[in-house]
Amino acid sequence: MNVSPSGVTAASRRARGSRLAAAGLTVCLAAALAACGSNGGSSSGSSGSSGSSAGSNSGAKVGVSLIVKTLTNPYFVSMEKDAKAAAAKDNVKLTVAAGSSDGDTQSQISAIDNAIARGDKGILITTNGDAVNTALRQAKQAGLFVIALDTATNPTSVADITYATDNTAAGKLDGQYAAAALAGKPAVVAMLDLFNNQVVSVDIDRDHGFLEGMGIDPGSTTQNAKEAKSGQYKGVAGGPGGSYSIACHQPTQGAINGGRTAMENCLSAHPDINVVYAINEPAAQGAYNALKAAGKAGKVAVYAIDGSCSGLKLVSSGEFATDAVQYPGKMASLGVDSIAKLARGGSKPSVTQGKTFYDTGTALVAAKPLNGVTVQSPTQAASACWGS
Amino acid sequence: MTTDVGSESTPQLAEDLLKRPAGPGQRVHAVLHRQPALSPAIVLILAGVAFTLLNSRFYHLQNLSLIAQQVAVVGSLAVGQTLVILTAGIDLSVGAVMVLSSLVMSKLVFDHGVPGVLALLAGAVLAVAAQTLNGLLVTRIKLPPFIVTLGTLSIFTAVTLIYAKGQTVSLQPGGFLLWSADTVSIGSLHLTNGVLLMIALYVVMGFALRYTAWGRHLYAVGDDAEAARLAGISVNRVLLSAYMVAGLAIAVAAWILVGRVGGGDPNSGLNANLESITAVVIGGTSLFGGRGAVVGSLIGAVIVQVFDNGLALAGFDPNYQVLSVGVLVIAAVSVDQWIRSVKA
Repeated sequence: MNVSPSGVTAASRRARGSRLAAAGLTVCLAAALAACGSNGGSSSGSSGSSGSSAGSNSGAKVGVSLIVKTLTNPYFVSMEKDAKAAAAKDNVKLTVAAGSSDGDTQSQISAIDNAIARGDKGILITTNGDAVNTALRQAKQAGLFVIALDTATNPTSVADITYATDNTAAGKLDGQYAAAALAGKPAVVAMLDLFNNQVVSVDIDRDHGFLEGMGIDPGSTTQNAKEAKSGQYKGVAGGPGGSYSIACHQPTQGAINGGRTAMENCLSAHPDINVVYAINEPAAQGAYNALKAAGKAGKVAVYAIDGSCSGLKLVSSGEFATDAVQYPGKMASLGVDSIAKLARGGSKPSVTQGKTFYDTGTALVAAKPLNGVTVQSPTQAASACWGS
Repeated sequence: MTTDVGSESTPQLAEDLLKRPAGPGQRVHAVLHRQPALSPAIVLILAGVAFTLLNSRFYHLQNLSLIAQQVAVVGSLAVGQTLVILTAGIDLSVGAVMVLSSLVMSKLVFDHGVPGVLALLAGAVLAVAAQTLNGLLVTRIKLPPFIVTLGTLSIFTAVTLIYAKGQTVSLQPGGFLLWSADTVSIGSLHLTNGVLLMIALYVVMGFALRYTAWGRHLYAVGDDAEAARLAGISVNRVLLSAYMVAGLAIAVAAWILVGRVGGGDPNSGLNANLESITAVVIGGTSLFGGRGAVVGSLIGAVIVQVFDNGLALAGFDPNYQVLSVGVLVIAAVSVDQWIRSVKA
C-alpha cells in the first residue's frame, strides 16, 4: 500500500505493537496480524543489503545507513534506489537495512547499533516505532547525524532533522482543484478515508487537507468527519464558491476492494455524489470501479494522492481527475547528500520555513489545467514518479 | 455432547422419542437445534426491516443488488471456512490463499499473456495446493489447525507481498478473468456472474454435505473424531479432503475478487480471513465442529454486509458497523452454547 509510509504516527504503531503483544486469543491474534498487514506491512528478510558505491571521487568515503520500515513496499524500494544513486554520486558507502515487517523495531535497533559500530557519519531512518529512540540517542552521542525520513520521530527532537512530505498540502492541492473544477456548482462529496479502527496521521492530514482546499473547516485537528455536513465551499483565485454537502466518510483500508465497497455504499445512500476524495491511489481505483459499474464513470471526479507511475497513467486515462504526487526517493537522496556534505565540513541542513520538517514537496498532476491552480501534466510528472 | 449428526436430515432425535412434555423454552430450543441456520435467518430479517425503517433506500433492488455483489467474495470464502470449521478446525489462512491465488491469476495474464482460462486454472491449482499443505500439516504432523493456519497465514501473506512487490495489477476490460464481474440483470436486480458463481457453490456444497457419504462423514468427524474412527471412517482422509475442497471454494472467491478489483491487489482482502470466520460463526455453525449448515454461512455473510451497508445508508459512523458485528458474533456463539449445553 502506498499510503502507509507517509507518516503513520508513532502512536498508532505503538497501538499495533501492544495489540500484537496481547495476542493470546484466537481472534485477537488473527486480528492483530490482519491489522498489521492492512497497514502496508509485509514480511521480508530483515538483513541489510549493502549498496556500496563505485568510489571514483576523491576523499575518504563517508558511511551512511539507510534504515526503512520494510523493503517490500515500492515506496521504500524507491527510497533505496534513489539513495543508492546519490551515494554513488557523493562517494558514500551506503548500508541499507529494513524491518521485517511494519512495526519491527528490533531489526531497526540492530541496524542502528551496527551503524555506530561501523563508524558511519549519519543515519537516515523511517522509524517503525518509539522503541528505536534510545538507540538513536546513542547514535547522536556517538556523533552521527540522524535524519528522520518520511515519518517524524516522537518526539521530533530525537532526530537532528526530519525530511518529510506534507500530507496536508497534498490533500489541499486536490481540494483546491476540486473547488475550481466545480466552479460554483453544488458539491456532494464522498470522503474515502483509510481506517476507522486506528487514528493515523496520514489519514487525518490528507482528509483535512482536502477539506481545507475546498475552504471547508475540518472541525477538529485529530479526527475525521467532524466538519459541518453542509455549508459553502470557497472558490479558488477569485473563482465562484458554492454549496456543499458531505455524503459520507467511509474507511477503505487503502485497498482497491475497500475503496469499491465504500464508494458503493456512499452511492447507494447519495446517488448524486459528484466529488470523490480518496486517501490513496488504490482506494481511488476501487472508487472508480464502483462508479463505472454504476454507469457514472467520467461524470464524477475522483481525486487521488500518491504519485506512483501507475497512478499517473490513470490521470492520463481520465480515471482520476488529479493525483497529488509525493517523492519518497527525493527524501532519501537529499538525506544522503546532506550527511555527505556535513561530514566533509559543510553546514547542517535546516527545516523549511514555517514547518517543523524539511518539506520535500508535493505537486498536483492533472490532465486538464484549470485557472488558479498550478498543475503538472502526467507526462511532466512521469520523470519523478515512483514504483513501476 | 449430543450425538446427532448436525442437521434436519436426521429424521428423529433422541429427545423427540422421549416425548416428554416440553415447555415453550424447550420447544424453541428443539427447533433451533434442528435448524442451525434459523436464528441467523431471523436476525437477517429483523435487520432488513430495521434498516428499511432507517433509510427507505435500503430495500431498493439496486441497493440489494449491491449487497449481493459485495458479499460474493467473503460468501464464497465462507464456504471453504465452513468445511474446515465443521471438522472442528479453523482456517486462518483462507483469505491469504485467496489473495495469493487472485494475484497469480491476474499476473499470469498481465505479465505473461497467459490465456485467462489457463490463468484461472493455475490460480485454482495453487489454492488447492496451499490448502493441501494445510491439510497435510494437520493430519500428518498432527498440529492443531489453528497453529498450522496461523503459520501458513504468515507464509502466504509474505509470498503474496514478495510476488506482488506491493504493486497492483489492472487487467484490460473484457478478459476472461473479469467475466466474474459481468452484470446479469434479472428485472431491476443487477447481479454479477460472481454472485451466481457463489450461489452455485452453496447449492453444490449444500447438496454434497447433506446427501453424500463424504458430507455425512465430515459431520461425523467434526462431532467426534474418535467415534467416527471406530465407525470405520478414515478420519485423516476426510480431514484432508475438507481442506482441499475448501481450496476450490477459495479459488472461486479469488476469481470473484479479481472481477471486483479489476485485477490483482495484494492489499484487497486482507481482512477476509476473519470476515469468513465471522460469517460462519454468525451463520450458526459451531466452532466445536459437527453442527451447522453451509447456507447459514451465506446468511451470516449477508448479515455482516447488510449491517455494513445499512449503517452506512443510515449515516452512522463506520465504527458502529464494527461494533455491531462484534455483538453479533458474541450473540451467535452464546446461542450455539445454549443449544449445545441444554439437553431437552
